[in-house]
Amino acid sequence: MQIPASFDYVRASTVDDAISLLERHGPESRVVAGGHSLLPMMKLRLARPEWLIDINELFELDFVLRDANTLRVGAMTRHATLLESPEIARLFPIVADAERVIADPTVRNRGTIGGSLCQADPAEDLSTVCKVLRAEAVIRGPGGERVLSMHDFHKGPYETAVAHNELLVEVRFPIRPHSGSAYEKVERRVGDWAVVAAGAAVSLASDGTIDDVTIGLTAVGIEGTVTEAETLLRGHRPGEELFVAAGRLAALASDPVADQRGPVDYKRHLADELTRRVLRRAAARAGEAQEG
Amino acid sequence: MTIIEERAANPAAGDENRPIGYGRIQRKEDPRFVRGKGHYVDDIVLPGMLHGAILRSPVAHARLVSIDTSAALAHPGVVAVITGQDLLGLKLAWAPTLSADVQAVLATDKVRFQGQEVAFVIAEDRYAARDALELIEVDYDVLPPVIDVRTALDPGAPVIRDDLEGRTDNHIFDWEAGNSAETDAVFASADVVVSQEVVYPRVHPAPMETCGAVADFEPIEGALTLYETSQAPHAHRTLFAIVSGIPEHKIRIVSPDIGGGFGNKVGIYPGYILAVVGSIVTGRPVKWMEDRSENLMSTSFARDYIMQGEIAATKDGKILAVRSTVLADHGAFNATAQPTKYPAGFFHIFTGSYDLQAAHCKVTGVYTNKAPGGVAYACSFRVTEAVYLVERLVDMLAHKLEMDPAKLRLMNLIKPEQFPYKNKTGWEYDSGNYEQALRKSMEMAGYDDLRREQQEKRARGELMGIGISFFTETVGAGPRKHMDIVGLGMADGAELRIHPTGKAVVRISVQSQGQGHETTFAQIVAEEIGIPPEDIDVVHGDTDQTPFGLGTYGSRSTPVSGAAVALVARKVREKAKFIAAAMLEARPEDLEWEKGRWFVKGDPSVGKTMAEIAMGAHGTVTLPEGIDGNLDAEVTYDPPNLTFPFGAYICVVDVDPGTGHVTVRRFIAVDDCGTRINPMIIEGQVHGGLTDGVGMALMQFIEFDKEGNNLGGTFMDYLIPTALEVPDWETGFTVTPSPHHPIGAKGIGESATVGSPPAIVNAVVDALAPFGITHMDMPCTPARVWEAMQGRPRPPI
Repeated sequence: MQIPASFDYVRASTVDDAISLLERHGPESRVVAGGHSLLPMMKLRLARPEWLIDINELFELDFVLRDANTLRVGAMTRHATLLESPEIARLFPIVADAERVIADPTVRNRGTIGGSLCQADPAEDLSTVCKVLRAEAVIRGPGGERVLSMHDFHKGPYETAVAHNELLVEVRFPIRPHSGSAYEKVERRVGDWAVVAAGAAVSLASDGTIDDVTIGLTAVGIEGTVTEAETLLRGHRPGEELFVAAGRLAALASDPVADQRGPVDYKRHLADELTRRVLRRAAARAGEAQEG
Repeated sequence: MTIIEERAANPAAGDENRPIGYGRIQRKEDPRFVRGKGHYVDDIVLPGMLHGAILRSPVAHARLVSIDTSAALAHPGVVAVITGQDLLGLKLAWAPTLSADVQAVLATDKVRFQGQEVAFVIAEDRYAARDALELIEVDYDVLPPVIDVRTALDPGAPVIRDDLEGRTDNHIFDWEAGNSAETDAVFASADVVVSQEVVYPRVHPAPMETCGAVADFEPIEGALTLYETSQAPHAHRTLFAIVSGIPEHKIRIVSPDIGGGFGNKVGIYPGYILAVVGSIVTGRPVKWMEDRSENLMSTSFARDYIMQGEIAATKDGKILAVRSTVLADHGAFNATAQPTKYPAGFFHIFTGSYDLQAAHCKVTGVYTNKAPGGVAYACSFRVTEAVYLVERLVDMLAHKLEMDPAKLRLMNLIKPEQFPYKNKTGWEYDSGNYEQALRKSMEMAGYDDLRREQQEKRARGELMGIGISFFTETVGAGPRKHMDIVGLGMADGAELRIHPTGKAVVRISVQSQGQGHETTFAQIVAEEIGIPPEDIDVVHGDTDQTPFGLGTYGSRSTPVSGAAVALVARKVREKAKFIAAAMLEARPEDLEWEKGRWFVKGDPSVGKTMAEIAMGAHGTVTLPEGIDGNLDAEVTYDPPNLTFPFGAYICVVDVDPGTGHVTVRRFIAVDDCGTRINPMIIEGQVHGGLTDGVGMALMQFIEFDKEGNNLGGTFMDYLIPTALEVPDWETGFTVTPSPHHPIGAKGIGESATVGSPPAIVNAVVDALAPFGITHMDMPCTPARVWEAMQGRPRPPI
């Protein structure tokens, strides 16, 4: 049994309660949702919060709702719910692609979208997915709510715009017509962190050209999306030659580090390979998509 | 007489659904495991029990300058803090290993690997003990570490074991088998020679339950009860008596339910000794359970062999000879668990399953600043390394000769009529029908169709590989005249008692870690004397309750203890004949046995069942002279030879050409473990071993950085395969009973772990053939496979 350092524990009953508990206990308090990142870190004593504020009873944050052209997902929505939602699979196949390769069923039953985004692990999949889908993060604090783009939300590895006394409460995904998306990851074993992963979303104009496209990569040191490749693709008809060029640009934009999962050249190769694959699949799905 | 009447006439014979003897029955131990009612070491709670935690070295090599324990001692709940200096006073700072070396219980002079034991905190609870570790201040004078085994013997290399008198280098042993000159001569005149460095990297057994102990020293009687995660409780008791000075009759070792061993729980770890010292010092029971990182970083690893291998053949594909030189990384202390005369275990079975003219191997053991061990992980004493080497070489030879690897093997396998077969390194293979097993696996796989499919896929640029391995194991050590562990001969005992009502208890010296002993051994007794398995209790794991024996590892439980149990049951059966004769007022020689009863020859209606005989033995029957009034017996079994299970495995993989990711699509395993006692348990063992093999072949590796930091210290870094990485296993079998074993059984525990890695790697290399690849080392991770595809495969170390 791995033993964490001592900590106090309190269960929040509402979002406002959670925020006031965070204020009361100060910067050495941490919110625990699914606990699949924080608890192992605590057991290894790499994280030593003085207070754990458990938000697992905030059922009001566990929802998937369509609201006109936005899909709203509560921060406490479990991975398993995202994976099993037919609406998400239809509107945002990238989410289902990614969820299928996030950890294992046990973890997916507990882990949450909010926890994944706030942990902001550089090898975490949903951060890339949200960037690719141009999602927005709704953050609530003592002063009320603010809505940030993923670009503003995600500050870097393990760092987000959520202040200590704030809570990510919702993620909003804009629904776009004639769009398709896809995610693919290479891992050493199911449940391992990504060696590299890539996601793409493509929207087609009525003439079949690419109206909008985003490309995101996981675990290769890219903040934001691969804008050079996106610029190259926009306005053109999707095709293999373009995807190859986009893959090359994705590899160039990558700045991976060597680790046990692989050397730099391999990871850069994967950025290229996987970018091509997800573009192919996203474009094909966009072609098949009827409406938003 | 119809079959139904026949069964009715002899209920003790059982039937297929309820075999009284061998057959597919559910495991007797499973109800408690599946209901969460198993009782493991960590479930043991004794009145007044304290908890220990070990402070471990953060660095691989350093001189200990000072240790300040005052703040830890002052921490609330802390009862005692023990350091190496304290142990020096008790003459317990160093303990003998299983390989004639010594290992530091707590460091006194230097630390020699990251994770080495430095101090032991005893506290009222686990949390206080763990917290207090952070309050111990240790001043380390860091020394250059020896991490790369290839340079560990260089003249300038730092000397790790300066504690050993006169030691000026990191050399442990050189060991040879076979005939060097003869082998060289065969190689010199061979048409074809293939050479390859083959690395079997360091892996870890990683049992689900980590190691631990609860020590309870009773000072008035001077008696020690030690509950511990042990695969060999009797051997541990003797060693504890020798190390601690507590007389052996005052020591009781209890090994309760064990959550997996795989060799990891053969040795005696410092933590066990520290729990005992802690109990003696505090006068209270002390529990120590290591956490996952401690298990992965400090307990016995497996493999870590760099093998330079060569194979010689004629141009027609007749394999002539093999030779190998091995660099064996044993870590900081030589704590490998092997029979004394075999410092490289049974590696010299690297001649494999082939009829050769000559063979020679030389193994050099080396110290490095890494965790000690080198047992384990279901390797039957280094057979795993041996089989991997020869099966890789045979595949490379097939490639060089442009011959199908199945055909090459079929040409060279030892033929059934050659058994017993004496190989060139000193083994006598007891029995086998190798060709039959290989042909069966090829048939199950649809081998020719697979090759056709592969050709079609290659034409389309798809990467599909087919890998074969054929293995022969040598398991079931002794015989004890050749094989001992620290002087204890490798034999095992069994005691059988039949209670007056015909229920039985059999006491065995081996210890189950999940193998299903409580079922298998009951079935062996049932087969011999016709009492249903559910009426036979199997007692194991407690030295006060069981006869002496060397324990469970190296697939030796069924070959050794299985034989002991069969023989003790036969002894009881024979005794029962005399008692039955007295009861029936007949002469013993006029009685005949059918399963479960003795009856009068020629008059089957006149007889006595085992239950009736048991009651008679304990009742008022006048017993013949020389027959005690019971139905009990005991034996110790000293095996005349080892047993030689074998098998033919075929693996089919698909490799993603863009990412290097390997998918094991199919795996066909045909095993021959001789007589099959419980096919379900055998299949379970095979499934587990094959999964282990996928782990080793594709993902597992305990890696160190240049400073000697262990990079595989958690299950986030050290990967265990799951159901998602493995295919539906396709298992088959042949039965070639061991001729020298009382029931013809050979052992199955390690076959699949031994046989599967070469099949998988051979399949991966086969898939990569279009890239000109003839060898790549494990683990075949996506990155390493991709590197091989770029024409630059590299050894993992």
